[in-house]
Amino acid sequence: MLNTPVTPLIHARGLTKRFGEFVAVDAIDFDVAAGESFGFLGPNGAGKTSTMRMIGCVSPISAGVLQVMGLDPDKHGPQIRARLGVVPQQDTLDLELTVRENLSIYGRYFGLSRAEVGRRADELLEFAQLTERADDQVEPLSGGMKRRLTIARSLINEPTVLLLDEPTTGLDPQARHLLWDRLYRLKQRGVTLVLTTHYMDEAEQLCDRLVVMDKAKIVAEGSPRALIEQYSTREVTELRFAPGIAETLDGQLEGIAERVEHLPDRVLLYADDGEAAAVAVHQRGLKPETVLVRRSSLEDVFLRLTGRSLVD
Amino acid sequence: MTSLAHQRSTIGRVFEHRFLQYRRTFRSSIFTSFVSPVLFLTAMGIGLGGYVSNDAALGGVPYLVFLAPGLLAATAMQSASFEATFPIMGGLVWNKVFHAMYATPISPRDIALGNLAWIVARLTLITTIFTLVIVLFGAAESPLIVFAIPAAVLTGMAFAGPIAAFSATQKTPNKFAAIFRFGITPLFLFSGTFFPISTLPAALQALAWLTPLFHGVALTRGLSLGTIADEPVAAAIHVIYLTTLATVGAWLTIRNIRRRLVRG
Repeated sequence: MLNTPVTPLIHARGLTKRFGEFVAVDAIDFDVAAGESFGFLGPNGAGKTSTMRMIGCVSPISAGVLQVMGLDPDKHGPQIRARLGVVPQQDTLDLELTVRENLSIYGRYFGLSRAEVGRRADELLEFAQLTERADDQVEPLSGGMKRRLTIARSLINEPTVLLLDEPTTGLDPQARHLLWDRLYRLKQRGVTLVLTTHYMDEAEQLCDRLVVMDKAKIVAEGSPRALIEQYSTREVTELRFAPGIAETLDGQLEGIAERVEHLPDRVLLYADDGEAAAVAVHQRGLKPETVLVRRSSLEDVFLRLTGRSLVD
Repeated sequence: MTSLAHQRSTIGRVFEHRFLQYRRTFRSSIFTSFVSPVLFLTAMGIGLGGYVSNDAALGGVPYLVFLAPGLLAATAMQSASFEATFPIMGGLVWNKVFHAMYATPISPRDIALGNLAWIVARLTLITTIFTLVIVLFGAAESPLIVFAIPAAVLTGMAFAGPIAAFSATQKTPNKFAAIFRFGITPLFLFSGTFFPISTLPAALQALAWLTPLFHGVALTRGLSLGTIADEPVAAAIHVIYLTTLATVGAWLTIRNIRRRLVRG
């Protein structure tokens, strides 16, 4: 499978989106293979949502090539959308309807029969752990429940590709982990996931492969692990100094690590052996208030590539 | 894919959504549709009408008989205008259900036409009940009153189309109050519903001629009194004028909803 060249499910070359003078997506190239879990990682305003909307065939491309399941979104929008599941950044549930009605009417938009919609709705309620709330109105549900309902709804047409735009933004950690678990199950079933996120842990949890976007462009591509190996060290030592001290360090940390990054609130030492770096700091007589040794993450990759942190 | 049958079915699914929403308020809505004309016809037609002579300007009929078909058309206008404001803007801005539909094979055109078709259905129900009340009050002079139902629905759509097109461009409901205050209410009062426009100054008469409600009232009244055949050219003008407004409005609604959904 890996060695045979297969037509990618999503194929983009020079894909561009302009709004008047403003370039939201600037000639990006990427391919997404069937069964893959593919992510767009980047800060707000990087062009992730614009890209997703073009893939979702609701926003025409300004230039370049885009094919989704071998079809041209410009000509075959409804056919492509019939095989997509979409989880938008903001919920678009009908708050006046019940949980079950939201699922069944959505299934009807795809032309499914009432009987079929009823059967699938029962399964999806189970999957989203919403069976007990099936006949409740949507309005009073928690954010996490609404999100799970949105995901359940996106699966009613048994989509080939699931597009998730910031699926867990604004949720508490518990709700996020529950959602990740559900998405992981879908991935196991072979559903192709395409998601955007500005959470590096989400990208690391869910994505086989991702592209890092910044200012409308793709700045790096690879698996989370490969990106970390390529752009960061194995470990990072985070030092926090008392106020005013960090500015006086000038050069005193040179040579301890492969790379030293000065952030407003802390100093990052990139080294394969973080403990050794921490020891070296103390040997030089420096007294940071706290020292934290951790593994490198995509946050570090992003910092390296753009010079800025992912979440401000 | 673009076959007529397919289009009809995708429009039908949008209609189905509105019906699902409506089911919750079905009973109270039917009740209101019945009680409202009873109250109006009793208070204004019988109560106030008792003081109005069978003036020649009224067509030589009792005031109740003159008023009833005018109120029918005006009610269609009011209901249509309400249905074309909040639900259209709400679907784009508040709960964003139109965005949800657009993520499926449903097109912006289906969303526009499905919602307008829903308004046609609502108006048909409301005007049928209203017409029934008119007949029960003995205020219909001609069996042609049956055709006052589609005439009133057409009147409503002459408002619903353009207003829905406007609503699709709005981000807040702030301007809707102005539509009702400066548009719908003056039309309700001065388009021939309560008194013939021939009693207005000449300049205002010309203005009244331009308003869609005037044409709607002329149609429903002509049908209810059975005088429509006396002025066939005028009747044709009324129908053409209202149909044109409804059609142009529907076309603009499609265009504006599409623009809005594509922009995101």
